[in-house]
Amino acid sequence: MQERTLVTAENSRTPVHIDRLYKSFGQLNAVDGVSFTMEPGSVTALLGGNGAGKTTTIAMILGLIVPTSGSVKVFGTDMAQNRHKVLGRINFESPYVDMPMRLTVRQNLDVFGRLYGLRDIKERIAELAEEFRLNDILDRGVGKLSSGQKTRISLAKALLNHPELLLLDEPTASLDPDTADWVRERLEAYRKSSNAAVLLASHNMLEVERLADRVILLDRGRIYADGSPDALIKEYGKTDLEAVFLEIVRGRDAARKGNQEDSGIV
Amino acid sequence: MSNKYSDIIGQMGGTAFDLPASLRRIGAMILRYWYLLRSSWPRILELIYWPFLQMLMWGFLQTHLASTSDYYAQAAGLMIGAVLLWDIVVRTQLGFALSFLEEMWSRNLGHLLMSPLRPNELIAALMVVSMLRLAIGFVPVAFFAYTFFDFNIFTLGPAFIAFFANLVITSWGLALATTGVVLRYGLGAEGFVWFMVFILLPICCVYYPVSTLPDWMQYIALSLPPTYVFEGLRAILLKGVVDLEMMFKAFALNVVVFAIGYYVFRRLLKSARVNGSLMQMGE
Repeated sequence: MQERTLVTAENSRTPVHIDRLYKSFGQLNAVDGVSFTMEPGSVTALLGGNGAGKTTTIAMILGLIVPTSGSVKVFGTDMAQNRHKVLGRINFESPYVDMPMRLTVRQNLDVFGRLYGLRDIKERIAELAEEFRLNDILDRGVGKLSSGQKTRISLAKALLNHPELLLLDEPTASLDPDTADWVRERLEAYRKSSNAAVLLASHNMLEVERLADRVILLDRGRIYADGSPDALIKEYGKTDLEAVFLEIVRGRDAARKGNQEDSGIV
Repeated sequence: MSNKYSDIIGQMGGTAFDLPASLRRIGAMILRYWYLLRSSWPRILELIYWPFLQMLMWGFLQTHLASTSDYYAQAAGLMIGAVLLWDIVVRTQLGFALSFLEEMWSRNLGHLLMSPLRPNELIAALMVVSMLRLAIGFVPVAFFAYTFFDFNIFTLGPAFIAFFANLVITSWGLALATTGVVLRYGLGAEGFVWFMVFILLPICCVYYPVSTLPDWMQYIALSLPPTYVFEGLRAILLKGVVDLEMMFKAFALNVVVFAIGYYVFRRLLKSARVNGSLMQMGE
C-alpha cells in the first residue's frame, strides 16, 4: 500500500519533494528511482545528456506526466492528483514552448496574467516590461521577434505571478553570450529578492556553476552525482563542472561498453 | 512568501473550487481567442466564405428543383433551411476544435496546461468561442438567405431555438471527442477534426427524409440527434407541424452524445498524461 503523506505546515513550505520516482515508457525507464528535495531559495540544476530524464522529471513536477510509481509533492501537494491546487504558485520557462505568435507581447502577458489571477495586470506588465526591456516591443506580434526577444518575453511570463517555484528548461539556449549573461543576472536577482526555489535543466556548465548551489547529475534516468558544484569539482579532482560531467558520462559509457563486451553483446 | 500577490495566489491554491477565479480564467481564454480572431482578417473572411459559398450553390439548386420537382415545390426553403442548420453543426464543431488546434499549432498548449487553467475551463472557453465563430459566419449568411432566396430561418421561432440548441450540443460532443484524439495522438491525428463531422451528413438525412435510407441505416440515423432536427425542419416546412416529441428525443440523445464526448476527452487527456504525449505535441 502506498504511503500517504499529510500536508502539514512544514511540508507545505517545501517547494519540491520527490520520493523514489519512476517513469517508464514501454521498455524504457526514463526516470529510474529519483529522489530529492528542494528548499526555498535554492537553485538546483539537473544535468545530463539527451535522454537522461531531465525533461521527464520536470514534466512530472508540473504534473504533465503521471509517474509510474513514487511521488512528486510540490508545496506538500501530490502533483499526480491535485496539481491545480499549487499551479498558481509555480511557473515555467522553456525555449521549446512558444507563446501564440499572432498575439502581441502585451496581449500574451495580459492573458497569462488573468490565468494566474493577478490583481493589477497592467501594473505587473509595466514592471516586467521595464525589467526585461520590453517596452519597445510590447505591442508587436510575438511571431515577429528575434529568439532573444522571445526568451525575454518567456521569462517575463514565467515571473508574472511571482512564482515560489520556478522551473527552467535550458533558459539560455539559442541566446548570444551577452543576452544569456543578462538573463542569468535577472534570474539571480529574482531568486534573491523572492526567495523562490529554482530548478534548472541545462547543458551549459558555466551557467550551472554560476547559478546553482546544487547539481544533480542524471544518466539514463538515475542520479549519479549530487552535490554543490564546488564539491563535485573537488570530489572528481577536476577544474570545472564540464570536466566532471564528461568524466561521469564517458566513464559510465565506457563501463557500459565493457559490460556489454564481457557479456558478448556488441 | 512576502510579495503582494501571495494572498490571492494562496487562495487559488487553497480552495477546491473557486467560481470567480474559474470564471476569470474562462474569460482569459475567451479573450485570448478573441485577440487571435481579430488579429487576422483572412480568418474572419474564411468564417463567412464557406457558408456563403454553400448557401449560394444550394440556394440556386433549390430554386431549380422547385421548378422541376413536386417535393421541393411543396415548400420553399427545404434545402436552404437544411444548409443553414447543417452549417450550425459544422461551424460549431470546427469552431471548437480549430480553436483548440491553434494552441497546438502555436506550441502554446504546454504553457496553458502548466498554468492554473483547468481542463473544464478550457472546454467552457472553447464552447463560448465556437458560438462566437459560428455567429460571425451564420448571421450574415442567414441574412443573405433571406434577402436573396426569400427564406428567413428565424421565422421558425421557438422551433429554431430547439433546433439550434440540439445541433450545438451534438457538435460540442463531437468536438470534445475529436480534440481528445488530437490531444492524445498529436497533430498526426488532426484529420479527425476535419472529417469526423461529415460522417453525419449522409446518415443524419440532412437533405432527404429518413425513409430514403435502407431499413438498417434508419436505425443508425434515429440514434443520432441531428436526424430529429432535420426531420423536424421538414415537418414544419411541409406539414406546418412542430413535433415536440422529436425535439425531446433529440435532447435526450444529446445528453448521451455530450457525455460520451466529454468522457472521451477526459479519458484521452488522462492517457496523454500517462503516456507523456503532452510533452510531444508534434506529429
